[in-house]
This record gives sequence, structure tokens and C-alpha cells, in this order.
Amino acid sequence: MNVIPEITRKSITNLINNMERADGRALDEYREISVETGVISKAEGSARVKIGNTQILVGTKPQIGTPFEDTPNVGVLMTNSELLPMAAPNFEPGPPDERSVELARVADRCVRESEMVDLEKLCIIEGKKVWMVFIDLHILDYDGNLFDAAVLGIVAALLDTKIPQATVEDDEIIINREIMEPLPIRDKALMNTFVKIGDQIVLDPNLEEEEILSARLSIGITASGKICAMQKGGDDPFTKEEIMKAVKIAEGKTKDLMKYLENPTTP
Amino acid sequence: MITIITLGTNLGAKKRDDGRAFDELRPLKIEAGVLERADGSAYLEFGGNKVLVAVYGPRESHIRRFQRPDRAYIKCRYNMAPFSVDDRKRPGPDRRSIEISKITAEALQPAIILEKFPRSVIDIYIEVLEAEGGTRCAGITAASVALADAGVPMKDMVVACAAGKVNDEVVLDLSEAEDKDGQADVPVAILPRSGEITLLQSDGNLTPDEFEKALDLAVKGCMEISDIQKEALKNRYGE
Repeated sequence: MNVIPEITRKSITNLINNMERADGRALDEYREISVETGVISKAEGSARVKIGNTQILVGTKPQIGTPFEDTPNVGVLMTNSELLPMAAPNFEPGPPDERSVELARVADRCVRESEMVDLEKLCIIEGKKVWMVFIDLHILDYDGNLFDAAVLGIVAALLDTKIPQATVEDDEIIINREIMEPLPIRDKALMNTFVKIGDQIVLDPNLEEEEILSARLSIGITASGKICAMQKGGDDPFTKEEIMKAVKIAEGKTKDLMKYLENPTTP
Repeated sequence: MITIITLGTNLGAKKRDDGRAFDELRPLKIEAGVLERADGSAYLEFGGNKVLVAVYGPRESHIRRFQRPDRAYIKCRYNMAPFSVDDRKRPGPDRRSIEISKITAEALQPAIILEKFPRSVIDIYIEVLEAEGGTRCAGITAASVALADAGVPMKDMVVACAAGKVNDEVVLDLSEAEDKDGQADVPVAILPRSGEITLLQSDGNLTPDEFEKALDLAVKGCMEISDIQKEALKNRYGE
């Protein structure tokens, strides 16, 4: 954890208590967002997402594997994240630490529980072979709010993903890479992260705000309007009023964010 | 009279699978200063390779036993993204990436004026986002630009390029397909001002004559790439 000078902490908090932010944004305003898809040709789906200076690269790789015993006819989504040491001076190389695991699990839950991908359609032979889609998050530059960037990147990458046609003949799987099909998509989900600083809650914390937050709340909402995931973090509690206010803002912001998925730029 | 010259007729040599001449590099693009948090960074596209490098430091070394009382040391981490190759690569270091990290640090070291920063470390993080043959050379070339972007004092900018042997022909800059079917691969890094060699590996069979030809060809490739490295810094910082 970086040491934040008390004067910085005070100035950010005072501004927010006066409904202002150091970078001039409104309390419920995102930084500049960009979404690019199809950026890695060797990945079956990919996206590069920037929220402010935070930058995440997401790649998907489908592989054929064995389904879980309790869900024999359901494909598998696996999300993994690497907080690369390149992304911040205090990120260390090595196996994923608790922050990295939390990020991957929260993003995974948001996407999975939104039922965005029709996983039953990823079954090839019931009980034996299903598609497993590996989603890898490569955190390149960390300037706050990895949760929202991660979910935006995953959803954009999944929308970009094409899997080869797999057919079964005499118990043998034939994979035809000539015919690439998009994933069976039913819905979309995005995440909005709020932090409590001073007496207010603010959307899309940048690095400095994240370092002085007293509490954090991430809310995943689908295009169809369901709340599909939530995660509270930070040392201090929230009141119910604060949570309901965040949910209300998130409902509107999710609709705005969905627009970035409609026309992603391609290189 | 109109003479139509088709591409390659003046070379008198067989073409390679991707249409390049034997001494031709793949298209190369380098951009300096692409990351916000890192002290220095560079992004490089070389054929189908996409490589991102970040440099942190010189900064205090947390690992006491690596500290040198009279100079900084270099710590390099070469890492491939799981989605950078056809079959997903399991995250984390393997034997190959550990070896490449080591030789990359050794290739860059002679250029860096380490004596200026006692007890410090310079961290170099090389991320291969997409791999298509020749990633270690691409990593070294991009790392030099990132070091310069970080303001690390250097005597020269190390540059790397490979040559090899494909279909009994010595060629420059092997693609992934050529590396797989090829007979030899010789990655080389040099200090372009003196021509001294800071990295040399060879994998495959070559006669001494072929080796010399490959080495000369790789050095020639390095000199071409060196100009593009300098161009990247000029684009970032002006003439």
C-alpha cells in the first residue's frame, strides 16, 4: 500500500464533501472510456479497455474439457487475472495475491450470474466433453477501479469471441476451425464501483481516491435490469440508504456504459 | 518500351513463404511512453508479435542480498500472456521464460551505466501479448526503448534480431512458421555504435561459414531496427 500524505487525503475529502473532485468530475461521472476488440489475433476473443489511465487487456481461449460432475451438460467459464508488476510500482511478480483473486472472482460472478453466455449450448457430449472458455485478464496499467474495467473488458471480449464448430460423429469430436461461430449470448452485464470518501459516495474511483476510500461497493447489473453481483470492500460500513442510492445510480450508469459495447473500435 | 518489374525479380533469390526476401525484416512499429504508472515504457509490433515493456527504477532494492554496494542491478521478467499463443499458456514462469529473463538482463546490462545507482534495482517487465516467432529479440529491442523512456543513462541502445537457416538458405528474422520448420535460429543482440555482441544463442545446425553469414545478417538487421528505435524516441520527445 502506498503512503498517502495527510494533506492529499484532506484535500480530496474536502473537495468531495463539497460535491467536487480533484479531476473536475461530478461524483457520479466516469472518466474517459475506450473499448477496442479483436486486438490479439491468436486469441479467439480479445478486448483492450481503458478507463482513464487504467488499462486492461482481456483474451479468451476456448478448450475442450470435462464438465463438472454436478453440471454434466453445461460448459465452463474460467476467469483468471494477473496484476502484472508492470501495472504499478507496488505490484509484485508471483502467484496471484488476494487482490488479484478477489478481482477475478468478482468479475467472474458478475458475468456468470448474469447468464450472459448460454453455457448449455457449450456442451458437446453430455457428461464427457464441453467447451471451457478461459478468460485471462492482463492488468497493464493501474489507475484505480479495476472491477469496472475488468467486467467491461470481459464482456467485450466474450462478444468478440468465436469458437470453432464442434460436431460429434461416432463418439468422436470433429473440430472445424474453418467455421468459427460466435458464443451463444443471451444478455450482457456491467459493473459500477462506488467508494465512500468523507460523507459522500463517488463513482469510478481513480487511484488516489481508491487509496483513501473508507468503503467500496461494486454492483453488477444486466442489460435486462437484474442485479447479478455485488461486492463490498474497505474497512468502514455503509448505511442502507447509501447502498440503495448507489444501486439507483448504477441502474442509470449501466445503460450509459452499454453503449461502449455497441461500437467497439477494431485495429 | 515498357518493362514491368515484378516484385523480387531483381533479387534473383527464392522467395520465402511470407514473400519476404532472404534479408528482409517483418514490418516493425515501436511506440515509446505508452503506460501511465511505469517510469518508462514501450510498445512494439514486429510481424505478428506484440510486446509491451515497462521499466521501474532505478529504485531502492527490497531484496538486500541482491544489492550491490557500488552499482545497481537489473532484474528482468519476461512473461507470456496466456492468450498470446495458439494453445493457452498456463500463467506464471516456466523454464523457458526464466532463461529468457536471465539472458535479456545480461544482453541489456553492458549498455546501462549502473555505477550511478549503488544499492538500486532497475526492474524490466516484458509482456508478450501476442507471439509469432522472435519474441526474445522483440523484448530486448523494446526494453531498450523503455529504458531510454525511463531516463536510465545508457552508453548505447541495445538492439536484437535473429537470423537462421530455412530450406538450406540463411535468412534474416525467422517467423514462427520458419522457426518451426527451420534448421537453425541465431538470436543476436548488439551495441550498435561499437558493433559488440551482448546476446548470442544458436539452436540448430550450421557450418562455420553459414554461422558467419547468419551473424552478419543478424547484425545488419539490428542496424535497421536501431534506426526505428531512435525514431520512436524522437516521435515521443521531438528531435
